[in-house]
Amino acid sequence: MSGPPALPPLTPDGAWPDAPAGAVPSGVVADRSRAGTFGLTPEEFDQVVAHLGRLPVAVEAAMFGALWSEHCGYKNSRPLLRRLPTEGPQVLQGPGENAGVVDVGDGWGVAFKMESHNHPSAVEPVQGAATGVGGILRDIFAMGARPFAVLDALRFGDLASARTRYLLHGVVEGIAGYGNAIGVPTVGGEIAFHPSYQENPLVNVMALGLLRHEDLQSGTVGAVGHVLLYVGAKTGRDGLGGAVFASADLSAASDADRPAVQVGDPFLEKLLLEACLEAIQSGLVAGVQDMGAAGLTSSVGEMAHRAGLGVDLDLGRVPRRERGMTPLEVMLSESQERMVLTAVPGREDELIALLRRWELDAVPVGVVRDHGRLRLFENGELVADLPVGPLNDAPTYVREGREDPAVTAARERVLDDLEPPADAGAALLELLADPTIASKRAVYRRYDHQVMTNTVVLPGAADAAVLRLKGSDRAVGATVDCNARYVGLAPRHGAALAVVEAARNLAAVGATPLGVTDNLNFGNPTVPEVYHQMSEAVEGIREACLALRTPVTGGNVSLYNQYRADEGVRAVLPTPTIGMVGVLPDVHRRATMALARDGDALLLLGDGAPSLGASSYLARVHALEAGAPPALELAAAERLVTTLAGLVQAGLVDTAHDVGDGGLAVALAEMAIAGERGLDAELPAGLAARADAALFGEAAHLALVAVPEEVVDAVSAVAEAAGVPCRRIGRAGGERLALRAGDLWIDLALADARDAYERTIAEALA
Amino acid sequence: MAHLAVLRFPGSNCDDDARYALERVTGADVRFVWHADGDLGGAGGVLVPGGFSYGDYLRSGALAAQSPVMHAVRAFAERGGPVLGICNGFQVLTEAGLLPGALARNEGLAFVCRTVTVEVQRDDHPLLAGLRRGQRLRLPVAHHDGRFVADEATLDALEAEGRVVLRYLPASEPDGNPNGAMRDIAGIASGRGNVLGMMPHPERAAEAILGGEDGVPLLRAFARASGVAA
Repeated sequence: MSGPPALPPLTPDGAWPDAPAGAVPSGVVADRSRAGTFGLTPEEFDQVVAHLGRLPVAVEAAMFGALWSEHCGYKNSRPLLRRLPTEGPQVLQGPGENAGVVDVGDGWGVAFKMESHNHPSAVEPVQGAATGVGGILRDIFAMGARPFAVLDALRFGDLASARTRYLLHGVVEGIAGYGNAIGVPTVGGEIAFHPSYQENPLVNVMALGLLRHEDLQSGTVGAVGHVLLYVGAKTGRDGLGGAVFASADLSAASDADRPAVQVGDPFLEKLLLEACLEAIQSGLVAGVQDMGAAGLTSSVGEMAHRAGLGVDLDLGRVPRRERGMTPLEVMLSESQERMVLTAVPGREDELIALLRRWELDAVPVGVVRDHGRLRLFENGELVADLPVGPLNDAPTYVREGREDPAVTAARERVLDDLEPPADAGAALLELLADPTIASKRAVYRRYDHQVMTNTVVLPGAADAAVLRLKGSDRAVGATVDCNARYVGLAPRHGAALAVVEAARNLAAVGATPLGVTDNLNFGNPTVPEVYHQMSEAVEGIREACLALRTPVTGGNVSLYNQYRADEGVRAVLPTPTIGMVGVLPDVHRRATMALARDGDALLLLGDGAPSLGASSYLARVHALEAGAPPALELAAAERLVTTLAGLVQAGLVDTAHDVGDGGLAVALAEMAIAGERGLDAELPAGLAARADAALFGEAAHLALVAVPEEVVDAVSAVAEAAGVPCRRIGRAGGERLALRAGDLWIDLALADARDAYERTIAEALA
Repeated sequence: MAHLAVLRFPGSNCDDDARYALERVTGADVRFVWHADGDLGGAGGVLVPGGFSYGDYLRSGALAAQSPVMHAVRAFAERGGPVLGICNGFQVLTEAGLLPGALARNEGLAFVCRTVTVEVQRDDHPLLAGLRRGQRLRLPVAHHDGRFVADEATLDALEAEGRVVLRYLPASEPDGNPNGAMRDIAGIASGRGNVLGMMPHPERAAEAILGGEDGVPLLRAFARASGVAA
């Protein structure tokens, strides 16, 4: 191999610029009356003045504004998030680092986190989604983990509208373009449609990475005298102010914010990924941090804060793409594909040589000091001097919350007067063609879901993705879930149901749930009706995570997801997306939803009557979003999850499917379509209050399994012993989908069901 | 015993997968060769893996074809050394002039990741040893630029010389031609038969747990042609 390029000598420590303590930075002093231009309220501006003991210069005010934005500082959500459980024996890293990490056994850990890129995707869907993937992948390899899977939770408006098709095309293209090129498989996710997302789509991306326990990294500056390296892409004016942009309402004028959207380069990120992991594994790195929202400001600020130390940054050394950039622009640029690395002392040259072999810019830009401040120098001159603590400790707000009376009324609406469907088969076809329920095959075929050769359950085949761990018998399951209609009608209950659904989905592939990352997407927190949703949803997540023993190890909050139109402000449905990771002890014992054998007995596991409240059936067939979501008993949900995962792990069950959107009829149809074989089933009398609720009603703790006749007794015995009812409802086989409940019956050719299920999204993407 | 080389360009992303599968199914010693290297380290065979070499911002494979290691690969191929290009590797080999034709943007203009059925077209080819003419293989594809194109004369010559080695089923069949490739071509070989390029990924179909093992004979044939007992 040819030698590395000659390096400029590292600047000796003594040659770093310096200034006496208390020196006043040069630059234009910021004015309180213009606090808003820095993303601060006048009161927050006063707090900045108090922290500094003087008026801030513009760059200082802007840095406070960025780190105190909702996106970076969580000022409206932190008091709520403190309520979430974060601990458990499986947690190797809880919240506060680039990503959480759980132990999956055999010395392996899985780093995982979900993050939103909603606002950028609304304005420029391709790059908005692409950089969403790029950003979350950097969070993962900053932990020392090799990214090995991506899942997406996407929300759009009316699929029939040109805007939604434009956004769907763009977001899918962006995810595909970035993920495929960098070579991390996109293995799962969910896509739902609702008019509230028409102007403000949601793009939540979850990434998973694999690491050996001993390679776990921290985003820290290390110790005094350590040198910080700037690594990766040059800094430009792109993405300027993105953190503030992401913390404001969208409006028609947002298109003028396109410069706040960054452009992704997956090729450069691939180099960054390989270089960082090689450097970490070579023992050359003392700390590592992604430059995400608010760029250098947040990365260096957070690293210094974690170590309780200070940093002097020499801005003249920062590689730049454009001439004439001001310190403010350099510090707040959100140019993609950049990292900060702390070198292990004495090995700086080795680290730089390694990074440059990957053709990356790698420049010493800062040095760690004990002054607890973030000081910026340009041309030897002090241009900013901020206390690290307050910079990273945004003021928090506990707001007033109250439920919108219209929501209360909708939830409490009595549904007894609903006409039963004239033709249950037609209703099922309509549900299968509903864009939220319909097959997403046309989407995931655009994603490379097999690169890295670990994907043992392909997208669409099961309720969760399953990835094997090479060199181990273990496998990892992952899913993202949220039924926002439930959350909209009953925030606490609905958010708990999202956690329970994620756990049920993992159990249905045979994974034991381990941990959660949440992506809380809401409207404007200063609106009491929105704050109520946030506060209640966090409480629901807390309760469910405690019951399921799945601590929350990290996540993301995205607020101001609303659109200001002439007719008023419209917030998105409250959407606390739950990403959950689990472990399968033996990769050979896993399940998919596909009916595998003619003659298999269909068993219904769990309890709780399916009900029509908040259901897809009600929304689709009766155009009604009302009623209470399915009754949830957390102990029953936990029993079902543990029992179902146990049945798969014991090798008794290889076909399982959660009962979710569209109820038992849709769940059974999906099993038949996936397995390319029909079924014949009769739902137990008394299962639900009415026959249409038995077929299409939704439930919190029901699942279906299909097993050969000779295993029925064993499965039943295990379930009953665990207190989980197990009822036989039918048999797999044939070419028809035959289903009866009371006086309603469905009898469809399997081919017709498949056609309805496959057509909607394929046509939208064609 | 000879070892196998897997090339590594900045942006390759199926390099690890190729090495893992080759080691697993052939027991071979597999070593990576960096794009900036001028020699192949005495390898008995060279695999050019899939991915997005140099980001493929120009044309897929165009920059990789100009890299130092490709000079060594060209000389190796001229001496009759076996070279297998998969996906982006196939694109690199056509860009480097080691194979004719080109891989153009898929007919549907979108990336496609799915399993297709290909039919083996030869039963006496060194890089297809152990496979029979007419044998059908289920192999994953994952590409944006996989539509094989060439002028009519080149296509006729490839057919006449028996150099079309893998063909998709027609697009009208289930899991047929996924990209609009001319004459359903999925893989071709050089005139001497020692260079072979294919769009499908045999390394993704080399274990039952991944859904199939139809890629195994292709990897074994490559190893054997490279002097590795497999």
